[in-house]
Amino acid sequence: MSNQPFTHLDALESEAIHIMREVAAECANPVLLFSGGKDSIVLLRLAEKAFRPGRFPFPLMHVDTEHNFPEVIAFRDHRAKELGERLIVRSMEDSIKKGRVVLRSETQSRNAFQSVTLLDAIEEFKFDACIGGARRDEEKARAKERIFSFRDEFGQWDPKNQRPELWDIYNTRTHPGENIRVFPISNWTELDVWEYIACEKLEVPEIYFAHQREVIRRAAGLLPVSHLVQPQAEEKTEHIMVRFRTVGDMSCTCPVESDATTVEEIIAETAMTRITERGATRMDDQTSEASMELRKKEGYF
Amino acid sequence: MSAIEKISLDQTGLLRFITAGSVDDGKSTLIGRLLHDSKSIFEDQLTSITNTTRKRGAEGVDLSLLTDGLQAEREQGITIDVAYRYFATPKRKFIIADTPGHEQYTRNMVTGASTANLAIILIDARKGVLTQSRRHAYLASLVGIPHLVVAVNKMDLVDYSQAVFEKICSDFSAFAEKLNLRNIAYIPMSALNGDMVVERGDNLNWYQGSTLMDLLETVSIEDDINREDFRFPVQWVCRPQTKELHDFRGYMGRIESGSVRTGDTVTVLPSGLSSRIKEILVYEGPVAEAFAPQSVTLTIEGHLDISRGDMLVRPDEVSHVAKAFDAMLCWLSEQPLDLNRKYLIKQTTRVVKAVIGRIDYRIDVNTLAQEAVSTLKMNDIARVGLKVQQPLICDDYARNRATGCFIVIDESSNNTVAAGMILLAGGAA
Repeated sequence: MSNQPFTHLDALESEAIHIMREVAAECANPVLLFSGGKDSIVLLRLAEKAFRPGRFPFPLMHVDTEHNFPEVIAFRDHRAKELGERLIVRSMEDSIKKGRVVLRSETQSRNAFQSVTLLDAIEEFKFDACIGGARRDEEKARAKERIFSFRDEFGQWDPKNQRPELWDIYNTRTHPGENIRVFPISNWTELDVWEYIACEKLEVPEIYFAHQREVIRRAAGLLPVSHLVQPQAEEKTEHIMVRFRTVGDMSCTCPVESDATTVEEIIAETAMTRITERGATRMDDQTSEASMELRKKEGYF
Repeated sequence: MSAIEKISLDQTGLLRFITAGSVDDGKSTLIGRLLHDSKSIFEDQLTSITNTTRKRGAEGVDLSLLTDGLQAEREQGITIDVAYRYFATPKRKFIIADTPGHEQYTRNMVTGASTANLAIILIDARKGVLTQSRRHAYLASLVGIPHLVVAVNKMDLVDYSQAVFEKICSDFSAFAEKLNLRNIAYIPMSALNGDMVVERGDNLNWYQGSTLMDLLETVSIEDDINREDFRFPVQWVCRPQTKELHDFRGYMGRIESGSVRTGDTVTVLPSGLSSRIKEILVYEGPVAEAFAPQSVTLTIEGHLDISRGDMLVRPDEVSHVAKAFDAMLCWLSEQPLDLNRKYLIKQTTRVVKAVIGRIDYRIDVNTLAQEAVSTLKMNDIARVGLKVQQPLICDDYARNRATGCFIVIDESSNNTVAAGMILLAGGAA
């Protein structure tokens, strides 16, 4: 190590480890949100680096929309088992059964409703800090969010009433019922994440790599055909090589056309791409200029 | 120091900077230009701001919209203090702390500046060095930003005049001398036309120095961290208590300054007891040496009682253990300072109760005049005296930013109400 340069990834990694250890030391009951997606895969490696040879001082939790790609769910379970850490799964189906979430249709996107299940789980377990894999380069509402993002007792984010965050001294204090969302990889970009995955030789779900898939062209994007997404009249399906840049709700997460079948090819493609990650892949972010901001105010990540 | 010279501490990968100036100085245009010319603007972002420009009845692409923000801001005509933007070139990755607005400027700039390696102070070539330029320079010196770039913008509007540029340089440097600011670079530019931002352009051939991008890519930031004094605040004690690791005790934390080698003698503060470093562990295994800002796990010989909040240092480079000290304080909260109340102070990994018992003076950030006041309001900067219930293990801020800074928390609201910089050498900022 001593003869290698201290790269920007080393700097970002050390910052993230420092953040996680602050959470462990100062928060009474933290949890790490793990979805099986690439950002939370990176979080798990950072947690290993922060706490091994000890165990993680927090459980993992997934808020399952049950609209997730099966490959990703399989990966989630396999990774949690491999690490020997406790995984809590809370399902939106429970929130629907309890009447806490009311959907207009079975196939409607469930992304926005994750907040309800998440907030219920926070209350059930009395979590005071949730570590998540959000990045500031994803979206302009995120660009203005703190690393330690305070939420009131309704889980709401108040963008104009954020705590100032200076140097790397983090204010982790909450009153009972309030919680903090903590984003250790706030300062990472999509490219940093892939470079780190390459550096650390991290395993990721297969759907991140180019594969043949049946899709529909709708609006400006591609939609994967599944039990949730079926062609409407006059729409044709086609089989093309695609990969996913993000993994979320199957009904609104779009793949991009790609031939990248290795992490190195994904890095090359990411460095060249001219479309932002969410712009290319999330239909729910394009409904209005402020979609993400509105969801966050309601308790979304 | 010899140990450090042997390893290639090429900490050039990541540069954090802040831009100081108002929209009128062309700040948004400059940021837009840096992002655009380094190909860091994406097509969907460009489409979105083109649409918005058109919606507002204007032509072309208003690059300043890129740094424009949230619905809450648009509706209420407010600006949220700091937004972070990212771009990279083949040489470096950059983080811009973009702090908008005229109002709350002090609070915003201090926040953005606290993590910056470099500040760009924008000056409109037509207007020269204004009160606000002096304010930006003062705040940069207060927070101790190691590198300063004075960007003399809008040179196209003064016929690219060398004389205008040189007059501004000499005015600024006369003021900067009073503030003890070093490492200042002056660059004439036109962000609008792109002269001397990323490309040199054809209009400023009399200027021989670097373009802004050249400078950002090559400025040496290795010594922005104190490389001399080893400082290791303990964050977390790792005790797995498994069968294989029954007696393992690892002290986890980040090296804030200096470096450490296996076998080094270290002193634990505040107890003052000493031991030797047994192992330096990272995830991949043990290493012989580690340096700031690495996060590591240290094990030591023998049994000492060490917990979070303690600091490991070298016996010949000890920190101060202080129960009373002076500091420069920047008040951040709408709720004014109450001299009778107890506040919490967080510094490195320690949280202690404190009383701010004395205000020596408030600084007028425009004139640098010292004024007597009885309280502090949002955006005020003052020299104060503090007493703490448990000692802080600290250094003078000018010598060590990482161990000389602290935040003040209001225990009833849990808000961060002030930022402080410790003065131990008896100097004033």
